[in-house]
Amino acid sequence: MTESPPPVVEMRGISLAFPGVKALQDVDFRLFPGEVHALMGENGAGKSTLIKTLTGVHRPDAGQVVLAGEDVAFSSPGEAQHAGISTVYQEVNLCANLTVAENILLGREPRRLGGIDFPAMRRRAAEVLARIGVHIDPASSLSEHPIAVQQLVAIARAIAVDCSVLVLDEPTSSLDAGEVAELFRIMRVLRDEGVAILFVSHFLDQVYEISDRMTVLRNGTLVGEHLTADVDRRSLIAQMIGRDLGTLEAIEDAAEKRRPGGPALVRAEGLGKRGAIEPFDLDIRAGEVVGLAGLLGSGRTELARLLFGADRADSGRLLVDGAPLRLRGPRSAIAAGIAFSSEDRKGEGLVADLSIRDNLVLAMQAARGWTRPLPRRTKDHLVEKYLKALDIRPANPDALVRTLSGGNQQKVLLARWLVTEPRLLILDEPTRGIDIGAKAQIQQLVTTLAAEGTAILFISAELEEVVRIADRIVVLRDRRKIAELDGAVTGVDEVVELIAGGAAPEKVVS
Amino acid sequence: MTTLTQRVPSRFLPVLATVVLFVLAFGFGSVRYDGFASGQVIANLFIDNAFLIVLAAGMTFVILSGGIDLSVGSVVALSTMVTASGLQAGWPVPLVILAVLLTGSTLGLLMGLVIHKFDIQPFIVTLAGMFLARGLCFLISVESVSIKDRTFRDVATTAIELPGGVTITYNVVIALLVVAAAMYVLHRTRFGRTVYAVGGNESSALLMGLPTTRVKVGVYVISGLCSSLAGLLFSLYMLSGYGLHAVGMELDAIAAVVIGGTLLAGGVGYVLGGLAGVLVLGTIQTLISFQGTLSSWWTKIVIGVLLLVFIAVQRTMVRR
Repeated sequence: MTESPPPVVEMRGISLAFPGVKALQDVDFRLFPGEVHALMGENGAGKSTLIKTLTGVHRPDAGQVVLAGEDVAFSSPGEAQHAGISTVYQEVNLCANLTVAENILLGREPRRLGGIDFPAMRRRAAEVLARIGVHIDPASSLSEHPIAVQQLVAIARAIAVDCSVLVLDEPTSSLDAGEVAELFRIMRVLRDEGVAILFVSHFLDQVYEISDRMTVLRNGTLVGEHLTADVDRRSLIAQMIGRDLGTLEAIEDAAEKRRPGGPALVRAEGLGKRGAIEPFDLDIRAGEVVGLAGLLGSGRTELARLLFGADRADSGRLLVDGAPLRLRGPRSAIAAGIAFSSEDRKGEGLVADLSIRDNLVLAMQAARGWTRPLPRRTKDHLVEKYLKALDIRPANPDALVRTLSGGNQQKVLLARWLVTEPRLLILDEPTRGIDIGAKAQIQQLVTTLAAEGTAILFISAELEEVVRIADRIVVLRDRRKIAELDGAVTGVDEVVELIAGGAAPEKVVS
Repeated sequence: MTTLTQRVPSRFLPVLATVVLFVLAFGFGSVRYDGFASGQVIANLFIDNAFLIVLAAGMTFVILSGGIDLSVGSVVALSTMVTASGLQAGWPVPLVILAVLLTGSTLGLLMGLVIHKFDIQPFIVTLAGMFLARGLCFLISVESVSIKDRTFRDVATTAIELPGGVTITYNVVIALLVVAAAMYVLHRTRFGRTVYAVGGNESSALLMGLPTTRVKVGVYVISGLCSSLAGLLFSLYMLSGYGLHAVGMELDAIAAVVIGGTLLAGGVGYVLGGLAGVLVLGTIQTLISFQGTLSSWWTKIVIGVLLLVFIAVQRTMVRR
């Protein structure tokens, strides 16, 4: 790293407010040519907002953006792209109804006689895809491909033009290890060509592997800018979450102290559904955290959906408090005190256009039934209680859920289920795509709930998390329960071995 | 079905289904009634529905972009009115044509701008446009105005002979040219592909840096232009201008486009689907007139049932 070239992007004193939220306050940011710059911070720290200010989606209320020495004020993403800023957003922002080639090149496609030159377009798209090591038919429809491939197509679109700045907002969250390595190889090539790369990721390993410099944000303000080599992980995390790491260790201690016994609250006997999960037995006791470990597609979610009645079992039975319960659907499960927090928080959990308060009240009211309206004071009291208990930010009950960051949306979703006071809480990937701080808070909440007597079924793709938090670990492979382990004495390696046992796991992506 | 889906990309299936439906309906007529299976019956399908074909082409743009245009029927009526009264006042034919096309596209432009600037549902804005255009007709005249201009009458009555003794009118030629132009623009140009992108996912299209504003306003200009052109064709077909012409025709156009496999949610569909949809509607009409004992409102009933079936089929296809 040399300091000699002037920054290609310089943002000074950027401030931006949304209704009820100060998203950015007086933030400075520099990006040099030929570097990979990591933007670090918790969810809601303002990373995505800062990026969208740079790429012309938002216009700052105050401050200036300087690109290659000139003041710029983009009024649309198109203008920013024209000026050489290419962006890959966190969620795939492409059109699934178009072909792969169109998604890569639309807006700058090769033309002949006023019309699009489709053969040339497909050739060009194939070249770009080959450059990042993806071999799919450019004429195929984007919707035919899995999300990971769509993400790579989005990256192909970003590098299909000569860009001076490449923004990658969590490009790796849907990629597997091999694809991440490939992406990093491409990033290094582009960096060596002099492209300035802005990189956002929640995976610290990746940040340390690829980045040269980092900027840390917290609550919409700038905490610091460092060379990556100068900061160790501990102090980086401390900067990001503004508190020490003791919480994480406390969670582990709590898990070890808990020793729940007694009869099973929920017991599955030979419960199964053809094509989804083979018949399994499972006991969950009050005050116990049961972890589900397994690869994607191993039947984790399918198992949970049977317990919740979202899918109908075709064999076995379910007992609650020792009495058989016939689940006719989620309604009867909820009536029996079973709650299911889905992994698809946007699609299945929250009403994005309502406020935090309305989302919580909706759940409370549904639990009470429509004939018994909640008094205003009870509502306010409960909403305030959960805002505080879960540390939802902004702590403004009238903020729209849509405007919250991923981690905070997840907390609102959790709060929605908690207000119904479930006896068994099923959490499907509650920490996916959220940052370390929010993760730790959710894990801590799980241990607190268990200590208060709630039974919890915890599903996560991150084995460390499952091992840390669970009293018992159920391991799934190929839609079958293959083992049940004692969480207190099991290590990650042991679980990995069980999951990997037998044939090597299939890779999802070509 | 599996072998079919393997050979034909699933995105062509709805259009294919409509074409199959057309062939079945026509085949049924040919077996059932003498004289049904003639080239002239097919030609008449085009002659009697040329204006609807043009309307459906314009409507395809709007629906693909995720919008809807309810004003097209009224704009057709307004166009017949402007044509008839312009000719009556002794305007030269080229000036009349220009005035009509300009009126239609200006109305479309205004509606597009209102939809975009104030972020109002297209349904409401074009509903307002529908009332406005219908009202303007009666501002010009409350009576039916017949067209007596020689050139116009000549063009309207000239029969172009095709091999096999089948005759068509200039209307058919114009309608087919419009379909060809619409296909070129939608399927082969950047503007057209952006229409698909906007209909597929508007916020993605914006983040991809595509000119979404131009497209969202542009489709209404195109629909307005097509409506006024359809109005000219309708004037040639009826040889009169009247404020009560083409009442409810916007619904026929929407029905044809949807039966042709275009997704009402936007992003999926083809211009040819709209054409196939019009032909299906026309065939049903012809079948009922050949039957002779059935009243014409049976057409409406059959169209209603077909529409429902196609929406249901689309729904299940999207779910998959």
